[in-house]
Amino acid sequence: MQTLNFQQLWRYQDQLIDGTLHTLLLTLAAAAIGTVIGVAGAAAVRSGPRPVRWAIRGYVELIRNTPSLIQLFVVFFVLPGFGLRMGAFEAAAIALGLYFGAYCTEIVRAGLDAIPGSQVEAGQCLGLTRWQVFRHVVLPPALRSVYPAFTSQFVLLLLGTSLASQISAEELFHTGGFIETRTYRSFEVYAVICGIYFALVMTFKLLFAAVGHLAFRWPVRR
Amino acid sequence: MALVDIRNVTKSYGSTQVLKGVSLDIKEGEIVTIIGKSGSGKSTLLRCINALERIDGGEITVEGQSVRTDMPNLRDFRQRVGIVFQAFNLFPHMTVERNITLAPVLNKRIAKSEGRALALDVLARVGLADKIDAYPAQLSGGQQQRVAIARCLAMRPHLMLFDEVTSALDPELVGEVLKVMEDMARQGMTMVLVTHEMGFARNVASKIVFMHQGRVWEEGPPAELFANPRTPELQSFIASAR
Repeated sequence: MQTLNFQQLWRYQDQLIDGTLHTLLLTLAAAAIGTVIGVAGAAAVRSGPRPVRWAIRGYVELIRNTPSLIQLFVVFFVLPGFGLRMGAFEAAAIALGLYFGAYCTEIVRAGLDAIPGSQVEAGQCLGLTRWQVFRHVVLPPALRSVYPAFTSQFVLLLLGTSLASQISAEELFHTGGFIETRTYRSFEVYAVICGIYFALVMTFKLLFAAVGHLAFRWPVRR
Repeated sequence: MALVDIRNVTKSYGSTQVLKGVSLDIKEGEIVTIIGKSGSGKSTLLRCINALERIDGGEITVEGQSVRTDMPNLRDFRQRVGIVFQAFNLFPHMTVERNITLAPVLNKRIAKSEGRALALDVLARVGLADKIDAYPAQLSGGQQQRVAIARCLAMRPHLMLFDEVTSALDPELVGEVLKVMEDMARQGMTMVLVTHEMGFARNVASKIVFMHQGRVWEEGPPAELFANPRTPELQSFIASAR
């Protein structure tokens, strides 16, 4: 058996850093797209006009019940046929954003459903508009109640960005493949890549805990 | 002219008619207490006055304006007619100050410093100025209900509705809420209450309305009504409430 040798990898540290940054960027871009879709989608599913509700339900079911890899291929290979041409990174951000958005819609909807109607009524009775009631009365406690679910979905998204390597987006996993073909050190390369993913996830978990601690300060009675 | 004029109002939930032609006048400065068994339609009537429920027939006017769930200036109307609920319905994620100033800040565009002064002012009226920075979960039920009343007062309403506001409270906390309401009554606020507090009805109300089976069964000044109930239904209600 050959011995482990990490030394050769050292020459590729620039590529590793670059791949890590792209993974981060891809995660954040998809999360931003998906979060906006999620909040808007959840709000519309609850109180939008019927055709909109059906459209969103269809979108959520479609995304959640088909492989993400195929969704990625559709955005990257099929949409250009309709004139929507984009780079691998942009396609990955959009596909993963749509994927994250579908799960987010369900997560946020569950949070909104958990807010009793009497809270909405109290807001209306103070003369608030529908939007003001949603934004100030319903949304903050709803987000708090689904924050843990949102966090774990975000972790799945971060790990799922590795799929983007399949359309040659230059993220971390793709970088790993590149280094492997140069060094033939498969185990070492993927051990390092794995370690970076692990470190990223742990960092985000800490970050989310800190943000949650700051954003959701109000005490709850149990 | 009456502040609130309720004419022959009917309302059904599905096939159950809960209001079967209710008529009632409420004059400015009056304290009207609606009593009756559960299911008699008293809470529904109260919610109709604030356009929280759609009425099927008849008409309700407040300050001469016809009340409808689709009235054009519903939001302005709701700021003039405050309602306090049984379950307080404070916003758990906001401090007491924010609960009180949310609507004035968003809709009356008052400044932040002005908001705090407003909150302190209305909190002083319910004896809770020291709780301005607390969150609802840090308050007792009685305190939460007093904050809910203060939140209503901050809108400077012309009329206040109280929907069984002491029913969810532990017995020892009822008194502090009733005292706040007595103070408001003394200051001339027009109030409509649905309550099971017979002592309050007897001592503070200017008019008692006894509802039974979706109708106003009897109404009159408390002394008269409690001393000489005309119908057997009110007689047995008073006997059971003692």
